[in-house]
Amino acid sequence: MAGLSLDLIALQLFAGLALGAIYVLFAIGLSLIFGMLTVVNFAHGAFYMVGAYAGLSMLMLGGNFWLCLVAVPLVVGLFGLVVERILIRPLYGRGIDYPLLLTFGLSYVMVELVRIAFGKTGYPFDTPEILQGAVNIGVGYFPLYRLFVIGATAVVLLALWLFLEKTSFGLIIRAGARDPQIVRVLGVDVSKVWLIVFGIGTAIAGFAGLLAAPLQGVIPEMGGTILAEAFVVTVVGGMGSIGGAVLAGLLVGVVVSMTSLFAPEMAKVSIFALMALVLIVRPQGFFGRAGLMS
Amino acid sequence: MDGLIQPPSRVQAAPASWFEFATRHRASIASLVVLVFPLLMPFTALAVNILIYGLYALGFNLVYGYLGLLSFGHAALFGTGAYLCGIAIVHLGLPWYAAIAIGVFAGLVMAALIGMLAIRTRGIYFAMVTMALSQCVYYLFYQAIDWTGGENGLRGINVRTIDVLGFKLDFMNPMIRYYVIAAFVIAAFFVLSRILASPFGAVIEAVRENETRARASGYDVTLTRLITFVLSGGFCGLAGALQALHLSIVPIEILHYDTSGIVVMVALLGGMGTFFGPMVGAAVFLLLENLVSLWTVHWQLIVGAIFMICVLFFPAGIWGTLISRGRPK
Repeated sequence: MAGLSLDLIALQLFAGLALGAIYVLFAIGLSLIFGMLTVVNFAHGAFYMVGAYAGLSMLMLGGNFWLCLVAVPLVVGLFGLVVERILIRPLYGRGIDYPLLLTFGLSYVMVELVRIAFGKTGYPFDTPEILQGAVNIGVGYFPLYRLFVIGATAVVLLALWLFLEKTSFGLIIRAGARDPQIVRVLGVDVSKVWLIVFGIGTAIAGFAGLLAAPLQGVIPEMGGTILAEAFVVTVVGGMGSIGGAVLAGLLVGVVVSMTSLFAPEMAKVSIFALMALVLIVRPQGFFGRAGLMS
Repeated sequence: MDGLIQPPSRVQAAPASWFEFATRHRASIASLVVLVFPLLMPFTALAVNILIYGLYALGFNLVYGYLGLLSFGHAALFGTGAYLCGIAIVHLGLPWYAAIAIGVFAGLVMAALIGMLAIRTRGIYFAMVTMALSQCVYYLFYQAIDWTGGENGLRGINVRTIDVLGFKLDFMNPMIRYYVIAAFVIAAFFVLSRILASPFGAVIEAVRENETRARASGYDVTLTRLITFVLSGGFCGLAGALQALHLSIVPIEILHYDTSGIVVMVALLGGMGTFFGPMVGAAVFLLLENLVSLWTVHWQLIVGAIFMICVLFFPAGIWGTLISRGRPK
């Protein structure tokens, strides 16, 4: 009995990591955008949802899943670029609340447009054939697709890390997050950098939506729930910190997964309890910088 | 938004202008409007809705407009007021006035709980933390099926007559229902106006205008924020309790994220930090919703687009824009 439940716990831990991987992808986009632009993107959930629907329509038009993995982030990121350029840019310098309110209104418009195009009811999203089934990971059989989600997230994180740390454009982004004034003085067009960061952040959100689609299906409201949970992740990890988002995302995934094993009725509430605990003990989060809070 | 309505001076000199007169007697003026309002509306049920949402937005505006903290979790305060009022009637068999008192108290307590956690963060974090905590409240009420009815909502809040000083008022009559609810809303106007005109009201606005300076002047900024948030919970709890009596059911959607979002839209549409703004916003928002839903079910598209236009071009809202034009220089 003890050995069995230990295996079960290990399996559940992996399931938590797969769930956490989605949180991580969602939250790093949110964090990247906030760290650079000081915009809390309330439409991030809507971009996530659009990613899932974009994948769905590409599959219906006869595309395959692997093509979607490349095309969906491009489409959603391109849409993000348009949104930043037309709607968010006029609001810079007008106070931190306005971009937040605008993206909030935008999320209503995006969700309703998807309802008009695809209907109010959801769609199932088939797991690609090659990723169906389960593999033995030593402690038991684990769904292959969830393993794929963890792997894909790791690839995105690695790519993002290389981009930010090893390229000259990444250097500009990191400098811009620290002090946009100085970066501007040095002759960099900061507004262009902000545009691209918003595009990258929303592209990752679209990618996360696509990855989550086979796990939970596709409905217009799918972005609202994860937005609240991603806020928990950013509060726990520290706003604007990518490392914090990764660690906290995985932690939140594992906490949800573990409580649904031991006390299923508390699964939804547990992450908010975690957030409350962090707020009491360390209000700025694991890696939060005090300066970003005000 | 620089203090569109100033707290009136405590020296009661003759009013220098119509604007000062209107500011000093804002609660009475608002009450008069509320009394004649149903005569202007196409149907009374809409007027009741506007009244309740206006009160809800009034409570929200205290936190966002006057204190300067953006909360995305006010549904938790509104919904808790509604649920506890309903539970008092359905499960405890209490009379309507006790149920309303319990609703207000529940709003205050919920605001204290959320406030104590959310106030620990600052700036933009506040919106995120309040939203997450209200989502938590949603799940808690959703799971307490024995008390709240879970997904089906809390049914059976049947208040047919209201006994006041020996009179039996027929609560099923729409006009009487309107004026019973209006009595509570008018009381809320006077309480809010009194709070804003008090020295504490001046501190609330001082914290919004310049936190550092308020702290340097010796005011406890954190405590001011907490107290204001709790007071806001009282207004929203009252609005929720009235909503429960009006609908005679509390749907679980009352605690949903959308209910928090609607009040942000209503308050911004009307005018943040203005006394009349929330009521104006509620009237415009609900009339718009009614009109648009006559020809399309996708009213959220129109509402979202109008809200975005407001944020981009009219951040002062309808009432805020009007008074900044009409205000004597």
